[in-house]
Amino acid sequence: MSTGIPSRSRLAHPRGADETPAERVDFGRRVLVVRRRRIAVRLEGRSVVVCAVLVLAAAGMAVLALMTGSYQLSAGQVVSALTGGETGIVRDIVVEWRLPRVVAALVFGGALGASGAIFQSLLRNPLADPGIIGFSQGSYTGALLVILVINGTYWQLVGGALLGGMATALAVYVLAYRNGVQGFRLIVVGIGVSAMLASLNTWLILKADLEVAMAAAVWGAGSLNGVSWGRVVVGGACIAALLLLAGMLSRPMQQMELGDDAAASQGVRVSPARLGLIVVGVALTATVTAASGPIAFISLVAPQIGRRLARTAGITLAPAAFVGALLCLAADYIAQHVAPTPLPVGIITVMLGGGYLGYLLFTEARRRL
Amino acid sequence: MSGAMTDIARLHVESATIGYDKRIISEHLSVAIPDESFTVIVGPNACGKSTLLRGLSRLLKPSAGQVVLDGADISSYKSKEVARRVGLLPQTALAPDGITVADLVARGRYPYQGFVRQWTEADEQAVARAMNQTAVTELSGRLVDELSGGQRQRVWVAMALAQHTDILLLDEPTTFLDIAHQIELLELFTDLHHVGHTLVAVLHDLNHAARYGTHLIAMKDGQVVAEGTPEEVVTAELVEEVFGLRCLVVPDPVAGTPQVVPLGRTRKEKAV
Ligand SMILES: Nc1ncnc2c1ncn2[C@@H]1O[C@H](COP(=O)(O)OP(=O)(O)O)[C@@H](O)[C@H]1O
Ligand SMILES: [Mg+2]
Repeated sequence: MSTGIPSRSRLAHPRGADETPAERVDFGRRVLVVRRRRIAVRLEGRSVVVCAVLVLAAAGMAVLALMTGSYQLSAGQVVSALTGGETGIVRDIVVEWRLPRVVAALVFGGALGASGAIFQSLLRNPLADPGIIGFSQGSYTGALLVILVINGTYWQLVGGALLGGMATALAVYVLAYRNGVQGFRLIVVGIGVSAMLASLNTWLILKADLEVAMAAAVWGAGSLNGVSWGRVVVGGACIAALLLLAGMLSRPMQQMELGDDAAASQGVRVSPARLGLIVVGVALTATVTAASGPIAFISLVAPQIGRRLARTAGITLAPAAFVGALLCLAADYIAQHVAPTPLPVGIITVMLGGGYLGYLLFTEARRRL
Repeated sequence: MSGAMTDIARLHVESATIGYDKRIISEHLSVAIPDESFTVIVGPNACGKSTLLRGLSRLLKPSAGQVVLDGADISSYKSKEVARRVGLLPQTALAPDGITVADLVARGRYPYQGFVRQWTEADEQAVARAMNQTAVTELSGRLVDELSGGQRQRVWVAMALAQHTDILLLDEPTTFLDIAHQIELLELFTDLHHVGHTLVAVLHDLNHAARYGTHLIAMKDGQVVAEGTPEEVVTAELVEEVFGLRCLVVPDPVAGTPQVVPLGRTRKEKAV
């Protein structure tokens, strides 16, 4: 048997000087290496191209969304309004009425995609989705309590949704904890908690007055209706900060896909990194849910679509976020302009995502049983 | 002798209690990894071999006593600093979906990298050399999922080598490989040992341990029962004490190292 193991003479001392000439490593795919002063990064060529194409597609989709409505505009009018070339009604329609909604769809979709990527990477399971493991239901419970019990303002509702999501995440984490948290157990516990909260939410709505119940149900369907600049700016600022944190944690996150022991032996501080990622992931979903109600399934499908498009090793944040942004905007466009009557965006994502979830459950069950 | 060695060994355990949340596995454990040795740890399943490796690489913090690395308590180092001195190839390492060989080996460079310093010339050279040493350069662009067991194990070793540590801990690196690939890997380890690495491997095959190890540590119930050269450790009495197996120890006809021949039933004997 020829093994190809090199003879001893080709081996060098672990700390010895390397005399062989510089060798390039073949990654089997195109990589972009940038080395300047203190910067030395390696980007996957395919990921860069995929992200660029997604950005262009999202920009095109955004122009289309800004054109469409009861007052139809041309692409030229939209571009000129965005670049400050228009005044009066056209500018108002584009910048004041339609743009906040488009920006919200992009930013919230990106946040959901990144949040899903974090959980799917941490738990090494394509089913690990903040919606499925109960955080969205918890946010809904928090929001419902604010609407029903104290009849609170919008910002109180936001606070209630954030608290509800965080509390649910904590409860699921604690219930699933046994010598550390194992991915599949957390998902099963989360699905259980989610089902319980769903019945609690139904009960809360049934107990409420009709008018309040209607408002709660609309929020619960997940809608970008009535998103104003004020809300987009606050939500967007939170999300930008969270995405920055996620980016800083993305290297430990990738390393932890090798398993906790391997990551720890390479110098990753596994427990703090995991806790940080969970907090960031929950906060991303909760921020979106608080602002718009639960927009289901984007966090479930975006990471997987991103991974397949970019063909990355494991789950990576950037493609997931860009796919999420594009999906959310497209779903909102369908909900507003393609559906026979305008619908909440959450209904469209549920319809599109439900089929995918069924497929996923089927394959996952077949793999495990 | 063990006292003197403890003082000089770069990596040693001083009267440490190591275990998990409530469960203590080793109590008052003292053991040294002789510098530049190829140390092999043997012992029955669940006796605490992996736990010891976790302690030696700071994955577990002793609840009493300490693990000393280069003269200082290992828990006093920054985590990346430990990772530049001691590498571990755990039993449980997982390859992310869709990862290529070079990408996986490059993950071993983590302790040298930062937020904007992710792929320096030094990283690239270390990865190229680790792949050369383990003869996986030709596989470099292939998907890890599509490799044979023997190839995959060499890739994992390459990842650990790319970490560029003098001390390398290997948890059951040969398990699940056929005999030819086991020998191939053990001879790779011997070569790495000859060029200056200090190696610690958990092995199940006592004959392999005796043939390739320069220093053996036999464990039972979380404690070290014997340590020394293969000739000192691999004796019929010790195998019976540690594994509860009656056997004959004869010289290996090729290398002259001790070889264990079990005194179990032979094919011609019937069950009683
Ligand atoms: N993460 C863990 N949590 C709790 N107990 C563990 C854990 N890992 C191993 N153990 C227990 O510690 C004991 C020693 O395990 P280990 O060191 O893996 O044995 P070995 O590697 O010698 O087979 C076993 O009884 C095992 O059940
Ligand atoms: Mg073990």
